[in-house]
Amino acid sequence: MGMTVVEKILARASGLHAAKAGDVLEPKVDLAMSHENAALVINQFLEIYKDTGLEPRVWDSSRVAIIFDHRVPAESPKTATNQKKVRDFVARHTISKFHDIRGDLGGICHQILPESGYVRPGAVVVGTDSHTTSHGALGAFAFGIGATEMASVWTLGHAVNVEVPATIKVEVHGSFRPMVGPKDLILRLIGLLTAQGANFRVIEFHGETINTMPTSGRLVICNMSVEAGATSGIVPADGETLQYLREEAGVKDPVDPVLPDPDAAYEKVISIDVSTLEPQVACPHTVDNVKPVGHVLGKRINQVVIGSCTNGRLDDLATAAAIVRGKKVAQGTRMLVFPASGRIYQRALEQGYIADLMRAGAVVMNPGCGPCLGVHEGALGDGEVALSTTNRNFKGRMGNPQSEVFLCSPAVAAASAITGVITDPRTGGA
Amino acid sequence: MAQVVYCIGDDISTDVIYPGRYMATVLPSETPQFAFADDAALNAKLKAKQIPPGSIILAGSNFGCGSSREQAVSTLKGYGLTIVAKSIARIFLQNAINLGLPLVVAPDLTAAEGDDLVIEKDRIINTTTGSSSRIEPLPPARQAILDAGGLIPYTRKILLQRAHATTT
Repeated sequence: MGMTVVEKILARASGLHAAKAGDVLEPKVDLAMSHENAALVINQFLEIYKDTGLEPRVWDSSRVAIIFDHRVPAESPKTATNQKKVRDFVARHTISKFHDIRGDLGGICHQILPESGYVRPGAVVVGTDSHTTSHGALGAFAFGIGATEMASVWTLGHAVNVEVPATIKVEVHGSFRPMVGPKDLILRLIGLLTAQGANFRVIEFHGETINTMPTSGRLVICNMSVEAGATSGIVPADGETLQYLREEAGVKDPVDPVLPDPDAAYEKVISIDVSTLEPQVACPHTVDNVKPVGHVLGKRINQVVIGSCTNGRLDDLATAAAIVRGKKVAQGTRMLVFPASGRIYQRALEQGYIADLMRAGAVVMNPGCGPCLGVHEGALGDGEVALSTTNRNFKGRMGNPQSEVFLCSPAVAAASAITGVITDPRTGGA
Repeated sequence: MAQVVYCIGDDISTDVIYPGRYMATVLPSETPQFAFADDAALNAKLKAKQIPPGSIILAGSNFGCGSSREQAVSTLKGYGLTIVAKSIARIFLQNAINLGLPLVVAPDLTAAEGDDLVIEKDRIINTTTGSSSRIEPLPPARQAILDAGGLIPYTRKILLQRAHATTT
């Protein structure tokens, strides 16, 4: 029996010829990513070394990445002190893949890693962030772990006791209709699978819709695979991946894609035809509460958020800018835009997208996680409703349990910002 | 024997267990104050120590879904709570094992607030209703981390073995 992508990656990283779902392995880690929660990882790392008589030492400082994005610039003295502690650690351990709060090299970790060329097909990537699943878009096996597990990886250079996950194959066919795209696909899939339908499993994406999807879209679907419980989403690397790595990420050395065997063993196969797919909206308070936009038209919204590790990329900003160009954000509605990285922000400036958005009334914030997880900017008032291109709508997610969050694509979000109510971008406010 | 002090539904996210706005607080000695912070009544009960250590929170399926934040585990551990759930989301389950938060997966259990449960090796007995349900065993690899007392001592042991091997 052949192997899936994750079976091949984990076998190789564990020095084996073969692996199958259920095997327990200790794969070497190619990249270990943290954000501000590196402060907690450092605590746990020093705790491991306590009373050992050994000098604390990261196993390979070139394989550790730390990106500040959750609270940038710091919103409190406590955060600023945590960030300072991480900076001191980075200097002492000569960690080179460190992205501080900057307009050139800064941004959200799940954009910085791909655009900096840190993620390669076939790599094992761990991150102290559940949306580390994003990096499967480049054909890596990338999964979220807790801070203590990261401290263990920093110490040993491998993950301990990793059970090889079973794989669900998702075949996607057809062409998206205008104003419908990867976000609608992944919301639809989460609705089908439910929030726990892929728990302890990997989702491997195939089909002509995926083959013709740019890396930015693949990042969206892999990012949100975790919302169906998946350990990771994976798009097997192809020509698009290699082109992205060379042209966007500046990767010059050889890349070695890992592809599934034709007779790989999948736990199940799901087929989706997107040619009739409508724009989708995830309603409060779970991500799997997904409905076609037509079911929630006219819902009054107080705040629109466009950005995040899910939908803060250049094509997302281009879509939003094209929809609001020459129009005005509705009275009583706030529109907040968070580009995913400094690089994207600069390109959006060059392309005129930022001017389009601001002239329409949007507030363009610095790259970062922003209001997505309710720690920084853009809090909601009691009883307020947000429509957001982010990835979670759990109760209290944006900082106020007395508020509601609906999730959607940049097209739905931008069209709705103009009308002040949830709107189908194909018909606008008409 | 331990009492079910709170029943909570399916898909309880780490945003509910430990809201994101408190994530700058990382020390296990400080995280318990924010346990279920958006559920004012439950949070107040916990902080007033009205819930004795060893008490059980009974959850539905997919408990701990969402963020990988470890504070969601340390905040519960701080009160000595035990989690019994129909199923548990992957990262939360691994974090709980790594930090030593007691948890039991019992897919078929039915119990209500106030019921007393006895947790045995492979089954859980509801002494209030007299019913018994199976416990899903942890994979052996995860059990090894629990047996070591958590991932920190587990990793420290490997670290010392390696250091010893290179010096001898």
